[in-house]
Amino acid sequence: MRILVNGAWRETAGAELAAVLLELGYGEKVVATAVNGEFVAAGLRTGTTLAEGDRLEVLSPMQGG
Amino acid sequence: MLQLYNASLRSRLLLGTARYPSPAVLTQAVRAAGAEVVTVSLRRESAGERAGQGFWALIRELGVLVLPNTAGCHSVKEAVTTAHMAREVFGTCWIKLEVIGEDDTLQPDVFGLTEAARILCAEGFEVFPYTTEDLVVADRLLSAGCGVLMPWAAPIGSGRGLNNLFGLTALRAHFPGVPLIIDAGLGVPSHAAHALELGFDAVLVNTAVAQARDPVQMAAAFAQAVEAGLAARLAGPIEPRDFAVPSTPVIGTAFHG
Repeated sequence: MRILVNGAWRETAGAELAAVLLELGYGEKVVATAVNGEFVAAGLRTGTTLAEGDRLEVLSPMQGG
Repeated sequence: MLQLYNASLRSRLLLGTARYPSPAVLTQAVRAAGAEVVTVSLRRESAGERAGQGFWALIRELGVLVLPNTAGCHSVKEAVTTAHMAREVFGTCWIKLEVIGEDDTLQPDVFGLTEAARILCAEGFEVFPYTTEDLVVADRLLSAGCGVLMPWAAPIGSGRGLNNLFGLTALRAHFPGVPLIIDAGLGVPSHAAHALELGFDAVLVNTAVAQARDPVQMAAAFAQAVEAGLAARLAGPIEPRDFAVPSTPVIGTAFHG
């Protein structure tokens, strides 16, 4: 399945958000997620199913002003 | 003490964490500033990168309060979603709300800002809106539920200081009980001292410290400036006058009369 991850197309085997994050290598990282512009809380990643063409944002802590 | 929502703070200097030459310099600058609140952000990071996780570990070690921002957001939707993401990652309901309306000046979109503030306040966020000195916008933000306002001094990173002195003075006078933090555009410690002398409660500085030749020394200088400004405010500055007034008593002056 092809989804847009942080603005780049990626091919994933799984469809469940929690599984996709593991597959993409985000397993141990502190991140926040949004699908198609909607926040998905960490507790809801299991049970959230992605579809072909979905836009996934995976954000990490960063320096800011 | 500075009261920001439920937090009582001794320091009047909030520090941004971006654009330092190294993480070590950032750590030293936060300590030299005596800052109790630092701003942080969220960005895209690929799975292989570790910078974000390292940065977050460094901030937690500092033991300061974090104020996540929604920098880079240009719409209400983006800002609200980013606030939700920040609350989860940073474990705080504080949000420095930025909705940018114009790219050359990074001027806030005050229409989007007030709408996003209303949504987030209703959801229980404690919102720190990055705004202009506009009195009507300030009133709308307070009505939306904001307990703090962060008016700009000048465009972000410009270092120009208090650009609209009249407007900022009017803002302070109109909302005497509201914590007002000057955010953005300060260049040197005298700008910060001036803000505190005018009665602003605190300042947030990033570029002026981070991009200084010696950020640690500049952080210490800003800390001294806000202390001096607050002390001067409490001491009651004299009013400016148009004519000279002799400071040395004239009675008994030799050679006269």
